[in-house]
Amino acid sequence: MTGTITAALPTTRDNAFDPPAELGVLREERPLNRLQFPDGHVGWLVTNHELVREIMADRRFSSRSELHHSVITRADGKPVRRPAATPGMFIGMDAPDHTRYRKLLTGQFTVRRMNLLSARIEEIVQEHLKAMRANGTSGDLVQAFALPIPSLVICELLGVPYDERHGFQEDTATALRLETSADEAIAAFERIKDFIRDLVRRKRANPGDDMLSGLIASGEHLDDEEITGMGVLLLVAGHETTANMLGLGTLALLGNPDQLAALKADPSLVDNTVEELLRYLSIIQFGTTRTALEDVEIAGEVIKEGDTLSLSLAAANRDPQRFDHPDRLDVHRSANGHMSFGHGVHQCLGQQLARIEMRIAYSALFAEFPDLRLAVPADEVPLRTDMAIYGVHSLPVEWS
Amino acid sequence: MRIEADVNKCCGSGMCALTDPELFDQSEEDGTVLVLVSEPGPEHHAAAREAAALCPAGAITVHG
Ligand code: HEM
Repeated sequence: MTGTITAALPTTRDNAFDPPAELGVLREERPLNRLQFPDGHVGWLVTNHELVREIMADRRFSSRSELHHSVITRADGKPVRRPAATPGMFIGMDAPDHTRYRKLLTGQFTVRRMNLLSARIEEIVQEHLKAMRANGTSGDLVQAFALPIPSLVICELLGVPYDERHGFQEDTATALRLETSADEAIAAFERIKDFIRDLVRRKRANPGDDMLSGLIASGEHLDDEEITGMGVLLLVAGHETTANMLGLGTLALLGNPDQLAALKADPSLVDNTVEELLRYLSIIQFGTTRTALEDVEIAGEVIKEGDTLSLSLAAANRDPQRFDHPDRLDVHRSANGHMSFGHGVHQCLGQQLARIEMRIAYSALFAEFPDLRLAVPADEVPLRTDMAIYGVHSLPVEWS
Repeated sequence: MRIEADVNKCCGSGMCALTDPELFDQSEEDGTVLVLVSEPGPEHHAAAREAAALCPAGAITVHG
């Protein structure tokens, strides 16, 4: 079957939880296949665990955003050609720039530091559960629980006043919505940047005990643009991701009552459940992108310098060579080695925070509302097929 | 068994400290790996191998 080019990244799902079936066919037949990008570039689509992992660990494949061809098209049909990463946006950089910025933050996101936040996160979670109860016996879990909890946590960490959240929450949603035109998405992103830039200036004048103030005070002499870039990256990456794991994860547990019953019967399964939900749901649904810096031979193919690769984390996470019965949600399995946080030096900086948030939130949710159930038929839950980060737009639930 | 870690490769993801906090910790300053026990007893061998396999930066090697 050599010589076949996949015409576009498969994005059509058959159901709420499984990635597009076409990705599974590719994984079996041609895990490293040519892919036509919307701008006409013919790059690659990678769909098995071994190759996704290998490519993410190989520094010959660059994260520099200006080198990438985009796999998604915006509403106006204009292929997005991204400019070089702005200062501080290290997710789109390679070493040594990437290393310099990331190293300034890794000390703040250690397993130990994140464990120390447990008590505060528990408090935030309990406040939201109490508010849900006070409001009656039904509600939208996304607005009442899944979105506000991670938003509040990242705001406190960064030192963003929570009462100023509405602007950036809305602008984040706008920027991530595929129907948004490229120009509108850029404008929304610029507004988030203006907001953080203004905040950085306020912190310079009036420092607090938070991460932005810490970056200002660090011996690295970061300028306002750099700190702004780092702040925007953390703010955006830090709230939508975990929020969608909480919303979609709850839907997945409600849809697999035997698995939910196992978790309720043995709450110590929560760590395992979180890893398995991360694997099973792969919310970074269109995967991550890399571009070859030189010709690289891999799996019998030559990837040419300048070729962009779309790495499907979702397909890797459902690879039967790596996980037995991959399409089954199984809270008892070891899902270690899943690709949901990526791999290589860009592996998610916030993953230990996301883990703690999810562990506390799922545990407390089902302890407080053991009979939590959907308030609408499952097929009426609005899915985020139109967003770069998958999940549910809302999750109507009820309890007694 | 002997565990070696290369802090220059380390990207501070914390996978090792998550996998076995008795063997690994992270520096307060930049989050890079600290090996707490470089010659662990047999009850930690499986976890040490797992930590090496999970390390996103390939910074951990296990001998023996
Ligand atoms: C369940 C929730 C989350 C998921 C599934 C997730 C997923 C990912 C993935 C796949 C990457 C790698 C991107 C690449 O290699 O191109 C990444 C990077 C990143 N994530 Fe997360 N993330 C989550 C939560 C968070 C949180 C809570 C934060 C912040 C506090 C965060 C901050 C970051 C940052 C800063 C990067 C860039 C790291 C680098 O380039 O070195 N993420 N995330």
